[in-house]
Amino acid sequence: MAETIDTKTAQGCCSEEHEMTVEQAIPAIDHIIDSLKKTKGALIPVLQQTQNLLGYLPEQVLVHISRKMDIPFSEVTGVVTFYSFFSTVPRGKHVVRVCLGTACYVRGGKQVLEAISRELDIAVGSTTDDRLFSLEIGRCFGACGLAPVVMIDETVHQRIRPDKVNDLLNTHRDLDAQEEQHA
Amino acid sequence: MPKKKISSLEEFFDFADSCRESLSRKRQSQEIHVCTGGGCIASGSLETAAAFEAAVKQAGSDITVKQTGCMGPCSKGPVVRVMPANTLYEGITKDRAETIFRQHLQEGTVVAEWAQKDQATGEPTAEDTQSSFFAPQRLITLRNSGNIDPLNIEEYLASEGYQALAKVLKEMSPEDVISEMEVSGLRGRGGAGFPTWLKWKFTSQAEAKTKYVLCNADEGDPGAFMDRSVLEGDPHSIIEGMAIAAYTVGASQGYVYVRAEYPLAIARLQKAIEQARAMGLLGKPVLGTRFSFDLEIRMGSGAFVCGEETALINSIEGKRGEPRPRPPFPAQKGLWDKPTLLNNVETYANVAPIIRDGAGKYASVGTDTSKGTKVFALAGSINNTGLVEVPIGTPLGDLIYDVGGGVLNGRAFKAAQIGGPSGGCIPKQHLSVPLDYGSLEKLGSIMGSGGMIVMDDTSCMVDVARYFLEFVQEESCGKCAPCRVGTKRMLETLDRICEGEGKEGDIELLEQLGAMVKDTSLCGLGQTAPNPVLSTIRHFREEYESHIRDRHCDAGICAGLVRASCQSACPANVDIPGFVALVAEGRYAEALKLHRERNPFAAVCARVCFHTCEDKCQRIGMDDSVAVRGIKRFLVDQEITIQVPKVLQSD
Ligand SMILES: Cc1cc2nc3c(=O)[nH]c(=O)nc-3n(C[C@H](O)[C@H](O)[C@H](O)COP(=O)(O)O)c2cc1C
Ligand code: FES
Repeated sequence: MAETIDTKTAQGCCSEEHEMTVEQAIPAIDHIIDSLKKTKGALIPVLQQTQNLLGYLPEQVLVHISRKMDIPFSEVTGVVTFYSFFSTVPRGKHVVRVCLGTACYVRGGKQVLEAISRELDIAVGSTTDDRLFSLEIGRCFGACGLAPVVMIDETVHQRIRPDKVNDLLNTHRDLDAQEEQHA
Repeated sequence: MPKKKISSLEEFFDFADSCRESLSRKRQSQEIHVCTGGGCIASGSLETAAAFEAAVKQAGSDITVKQTGCMGPCSKGPVVRVMPANTLYEGITKDRAETIFRQHLQEGTVVAEWAQKDQATGEPTAEDTQSSFFAPQRLITLRNSGNIDPLNIEEYLASEGYQALAKVLKEMSPEDVISEMEVSGLRGRGGAGFPTWLKWKFTSQAEAKTKYVLCNADEGDPGAFMDRSVLEGDPHSIIEGMAIAAYTVGASQGYVYVRAEYPLAIARLQKAIEQARAMGLLGKPVLGTRFSFDLEIRMGSGAFVCGEETALINSIEGKRGEPRPRPPFPAQKGLWDKPTLLNNVETYANVAPIIRDGAGKYASVGTDTSKGTKVFALAGSINNTGLVEVPIGTPLGDLIYDVGGGVLNGRAFKAAQIGGPSGGCIPKQHLSVPLDYGSLEKLGSIMGSGGMIVMDDTSCMVDVARYFLEFVQEESCGKCAPCRVGTKRMLETLDRICEGEGKEGDIELLEQLGAMVKDTSLCGLGQTAPNPVLSTIRHFREEYESHIRDRHCDAGICAGLVRASCQSACPANVDIPGFVALVAEGRYAEALKLHRERNPFAAVCARVCFHTCEDKCQRIGMDDSVAVRGIKRFLVDQEITIQVPKVLQSD
């Protein structure tokens, strides 16, 4: 009975569907809201799933959610701005999260962050011009035994050395280039 | 799996018996267990499992390859255990699977090279239970993690799973359960250590038709992964613990609040909930009795304060995760203003063994005042990073040097940080402190949730304090002023000290602000936020003083005080990066001159000095330190231009 599970569906950060326009997404968002009709306190799950769909939460979408769920817009934005996982600006195709949890910090996480920031030429919290990478910091992914770690999308990469960040990013760049060729 | 839901307790006991039999039959034959805890997956254990499966298939063998939860020694991953011999292999990447399969499983010889070694003798340990890593441990919370397939409910049932729930439903009243919990002495494992039975009692006594039970799986302490491992390795134990709690307090709905950083834990718990529902262990009714209970997962969204109980409740309600003033306590007015019981993952994982095997047995482990075991996540500068569970009261030194295998690279132990942003540092003169609630509190630390970061002489305690304060400052929700503004002022002061701008009186200022923030903050975040600062001041005051008075950071970490960590480690403060760079360019005379500006005895020191600089070299993290003394020796041997010291004449 050992079933394998897909962790992709379980989390709320990044998806393949970034290019979907807001108009296209409205029916899908309505569907999310309807499917959570019976759930008490559904606002956060709705926002999580919507962000999954679009990659971020544009204002237009928040207004729509606020109307449809009959929750004041101020309350919706209050929630969105409170939690660090929600983003109101578009993010890169890949979200690079450098762990600055304690274990990673004492094992050189800060140097890894500096190296990646230098390599991508962006500051923490921003996205590269080609919309390929966003850089964020994380506070522990529970892989402290393998510090310092970097999480790219859903995958945890262990024992990253500042001089090796280039290889790590390049594998993602290469994969994307291949994908584009296929398409 | 039974065809339909189990609809009575008798049916349940029959089915559990059949699971047990089939498992004990299976246990006699050979099995390969591959750890697929989060840590080992990051090391590539899924590929290892696939490689084993391929090898088994190719050989036409019927040996089972099982993916289990965390086995403990995370830094040595991917970890594999061969059963029934109970041999633990470390670092089994996919290319090593074939060899182990052939040599150990087919030919019957242990592959000594990769087997877990005993710390003392360096010999492979025959059974993993005898190794210095496992022998001092006592697994209650982690009883199943690493032994069973977490996605297979029948294996959980075969390991006495859901027996405690059935026992409670069959023959125990809520009062019986509460008094068992009281005898067990179990205290909350989420940080504060509040007696679990009391919380259960208060919630059960609250008058209301609807009540809720919540599980706190937010695990916000940066540097801790205990709860994650339990959820990933043994999700049914949480469901069982919560169901027993719900029966006791009179709730029929529960929520598990898991942080979003743990997608695998969420997925496995979701799967386990579905299995339990399908089998009639969750739902309406549970096992055909008059009790019904169901569970839902709620995912966090990246806010540390949501680990605080009232903030967590707000977050489940779909609001900003700001704490509420207490009282009223959640036991009276919690989720949707209904009486609510909230416990931590590890707390719930302990419930089933207590009920099943008797509270007396549980209480026989631990100390007089703190019962049972505690799971610790060992990380930082330690050889065996990973997940361990020891009886409460185990001395800190035993944990670090026996189970943990000592400090990494043979460095000197400096401090252990326990309890994360709410905790404190224990210095080396207190290595013998027993790990129990009271003893740790006396030293200005807390038991906390179990994150333990070991630090060596490359960590600067002022910087560590600053790190934690920056964390809480960032995570402060801003609702109350002492926490929002007070931590900000403290952080500014620490920033100043680390940048070399510290003033006399700064330490006292930190102590004063810290006491104020502790006393006046609204929730636990602020009330404990100054702890890391106060505890480092208490145990490492001289380090603060040398930052402020001598503008010196011994560990070579604080950028404002150190040009290079080697230079700051050198007792003569020689410009090491300078002379090494000059040597690289072949400018030996200039290099020597630079050296002699700080230390005239270059030739002697190049032969006899004990090169503290090399111990602090930043390259150590990559491969090895720069051979500073060797370069110096080469340099002085190149002394072609004799450098005559300038003679000053007095006129
Ligand atoms: C800022 C803050 C963060 C907390 N984070 C957690 C957490 O991540 N996990 C947890 O179990 N308890 C956390 N707690 C403790 C909870 O408030 C609560 O005491 C605990 O979950 C109760 O469960 P227990 O009695 O089983 O320990 C936190 C408390 C504070 C003040
Ligand atoms: S501190 Fe980085 S994974 Fe835990």
